[in-house]
Amino acid sequence: MTPHSKQPLSPHLQIYRLPLSAILSITHRATGVILALGAMILVLILSTAANSPETYATIHQQLDTWYGQIFLLGLTFSLYLHFCNGIRHLFWDVGLGFDLDTVDKSAKLAIFVSIVFTVATWWVATRMAG
Amino acid sequence: MAEFSLPANSVVKQGKLFAASEGVTNIKRFIVYRYDPASGENPYIDTYEVDMDNCGPMVLDGLLKIKDAMDSTLSLRRSCREGICGSCSMNIDGRNTLACTQSIAEIKGDVKVYPLPHQPVVKDLVSDLTNFYAQYASVEPWMKTDSATPPDRERLQSKQDREKLDGLYECILCACCSTACPSYWWNSDRFLGPAALLNAYRWIVDSRDEAAGERLDDLEDPFKLYRCHTIMNCTDSCPKGLNPAQAIAATKKLLVQRKL
Repeated sequence: MTPHSKQPLSPHLQIYRLPLSAILSITHRATGVILALGAMILVLILSTAANSPETYATIHQQLDTWYGQIFLLGLTFSLYLHFCNGIRHLFWDVGLGFDLDTVDKSAKLAIFVSIVFTVATWWVATRMAG
Repeated sequence: MAEFSLPANSVVKQGKLFAASEGVTNIKRFIVYRYDPASGENPYIDTYEVDMDNCGPMVLDGLLKIKDAMDSTLSLRRSCREGICGSCSMNIDGRNTLACTQSIAEIKGDVKVYPLPHQPVVKDLVSDLTNFYAQYASVEPWMKTDSATPPDRERLQSKQDREKLDGLYECILCACCSTACPSYWWNSDRFLGPAALLNAYRWIVDSRDEAAGERLDDLEDPFKLYRCHTIMNCTDSCPKGLNPAQAIAATKKLLVQRKL
């Protein structure tokens, strides 16, 4: 609501101790944005590959740098976290998993599974790259 | 668009220290939000060193101790001091709850006390809940019927139907849930918030009420209901242990089901 012109607004984000589930909620949104960016970069990679080996080499060079690797690692983790947390949302949509204990456990499970899947993906990827 | 920082007139400044008197050893520091509408100054933080050897166990006891013995200018709402009236809702140690049921001993470090978040402040810990109450009224929280009342008795309800109201009717309208919700912070002009929505659902599932269809029509709105993104702060903060997030999800489910 619009406060009376003189009334101050009480502090909110500045003072609230967000529970894990709330932190995961905002992370879900952030990972969604990262995934949208990642999808555009994937299109870029594919179109350079379709164009010529030389143009593909330029983008491959960029992805091979330390910042390129951090971006790809972040993208992998974002994909899994968004996926796992999305499954929590599917359960909520049918009315399940609302008691606080379950909410906390499913949040921790989503984070744990995302880390495991990210490590597994990179392990397989580096092995394949030889 | 959401405004994440505080307006210039709301930025919190540093206030005074009210030190404990000599010889007091068992001290708990209360960090309290203050705002004096008469001064025209910004809100500020005062620090009170409370003598815990002469203070009750709850945060409300601490605040009343401050008001009685250290600084009578401190304003707060309180009434029942046993978690049934909902008056002393505030943000304690970063979480919304009732001061009367929050024990001081459970809080590690200093006791930080702020008014309910993202609300206009009247004075100190007293926030202006006009909008919150108007939203509650907007869900028409009373029984609506078309059929005539039985002439010889009240409207009956089976035990099973009555049980559907458990976990809903206990709401005391303290506003802890709604003012804990980030969606409510950014959209309280259009999003009804968890408290009003829980109460809307309480009437939707009441077997004696005959206006469930109209009630659902009214809630089918991108903002009123669907700004809930299941952040779960409402359920986390409810001092009565209710689950507004679940009631909202159940309402969304009813809206889908009636289309099938």
